[in-house]
Amino acid sequence: MKFLQSLSAQQHVGLLFLILFGGLMLVTAATVLVALREHRPADDPAAAKFASDLRATWIGALVFWLAWVSGAAGATLLFAVFSFLALREFVTLMQTRRADHRSLMLAFFVVLPVQYLLAGSRSFDLFTVFIPVYVFLAIPVLSALGGDPLRFLERNAKIQWGVMVCVFGLSHAPALLLLDFPTMHDRGPFLVFFLVIVTVSAQIIEELASRRLRQRPVARMIDRRFGLRAWLVACLGAAVVGGLLSWITPFKLPQAMVMAVIAGAAGTLGEFVMSALKKDAGVHYWGNTGQVTGAVGLLDRVAPLCFAAPVFFHSVRWYFQLKP
Amino acid sequence: MNKADALGFALAAVARLITGAQGHWKGVPPKAEQRIYFANHQSHLDWVLIWATLPADLRARTRPIAAADYWTATPLRHWITREVFRAVYVERERKEGGPDPLAPLEDALEHGDSLVIFPEGTRSGKGLPQEFRSGLFHLARKFPQVQLIPAWIDNVQRVMPKGEVIPVPILCTVTFGAPCDLGADESKADFLARARAAVVALKPGGGA
Repeated sequence: MKFLQSLSAQQHVGLLFLILFGGLMLVTAATVLVALREHRPADDPAAAKFASDLRATWIGALVFWLAWVSGAAGATLLFAVFSFLALREFVTLMQTRRADHRSLMLAFFVVLPVQYLLAGSRSFDLFTVFIPVYVFLAIPVLSALGGDPLRFLERNAKIQWGVMVCVFGLSHAPALLLLDFPTMHDRGPFLVFFLVIVTVSAQIIEELASRRLRQRPVARMIDRRFGLRAWLVACLGAAVVGGLLSWITPFKLPQAMVMAVIAGAAGTLGEFVMSALKKDAGVHYWGNTGQVTGAVGLLDRVAPLCFAAPVFFHSVRWYFQLKP
Repeated sequence: MNKADALGFALAAVARLITGAQGHWKGVPPKAEQRIYFANHQSHLDWVLIWATLPADLRARTRPIAAADYWTATPLRHWITREVFRAVYVERERKEGGPDPLAPLEDALEHGDSLVIFPEGTRSGKGLPQEFRSGLFHLARKFPQVQLIPAWIDNVQRVMPKGEVIPVPILCTVTFGAPCDLGADESKADFLARARAAVVALKPGGGA
């Protein structure tokens, strides 16, 4: 720990990417070797899912590296694109009507860019209230001007919700990047890295634990896998991962662990909420493998982050009394 | 790459960004055979969507039908339809004793090009397609070697409803079905009804 803390920010970056890509390469090499040895049937669904997950992780890591190279502006733009694609998937599965066209235009072409501009310019006071306060009023006004009273509340609630999750939630990731800690400069990117790794680990640990542990699902109709014990294990796992990563953050060890629990818990619960939403819309994956739409299922991958990022951002900013 | 190719490339990219432009080839693989694609017509974007869905090599040989009076009215419209899409121009009104309105289509088919046809003629507001016009039947009888591929374009009316000019990003799909060739002694009405049913059957979520 002492040695790790003595390194400069630049060296930390190098070390992180060494670990990240090194780990990925090891996993990929192992997969290739296993595939050479065993002759499994080509259409094994578990193997196919693992292969596609591995590919997605590679893409995620490369994108993350690109964001790093391109700096704050690049990262903000990158997450804005993610927001756009996620919102596109979300809106596709919601039953919007013709009169919603103007509200949707507002969401995609005004709210989204403005929110990311606010993040990029570090106007965090307006950034945190822009969507919950101002857009909350603007969307139903535009919708009412559209003149269609049928299922008015439902339609507007859906759009507002989509904007909250896909734009508001996700925009907190680049905002973290730009958060300025008085004690440590240029450490924002590490916070994003910390958040992403912790949320993803919590998700993976929960998935593994729910397979191993015998447990009663808390809400059978929504998610058969989701149980209290697996969730607690995931939170603990997040704490451990957070503790291991504390050297890249401005936090002390216990602080890092608490922050990791907060992010991990919010992320896994967010995923749980998303599966309720998917059941409601009648699909298994957001992007799908054939029927309704044709996307890559980006929303599935970023949903935990969408819920974890705002909670994490707020707790960090509140606890450390950060002024932008 | 000249200006027209560059614009075509940009248009296809924008269509992908906004709609995803996902093609589901259920009945046939996307092969460079001579084909007539016929689909439901709900929006101005229908053609651009089908075109963006096709692989690049098919795109170069697949042509839309454009109403001559509208699409040659200004130099810009004319340039886009002629240079970028290589549209086949037809007259909307058939004049007494005038040339056969299908003649330009037959010309294109004789040159080995594929066509995209919206047999409803006009855009149907919502729901199921209207009755098909007879042009498809005449082409099918005259060119039995050309495959007739039904296609269903889904969701596009939500991207740009009638009367709006700015599209909203919503994922769309184009589902291509199995060839629907004309039977040996099938009547015009039977064939058109069957062709329409083939398109409707491709609607995601069961059709009907």
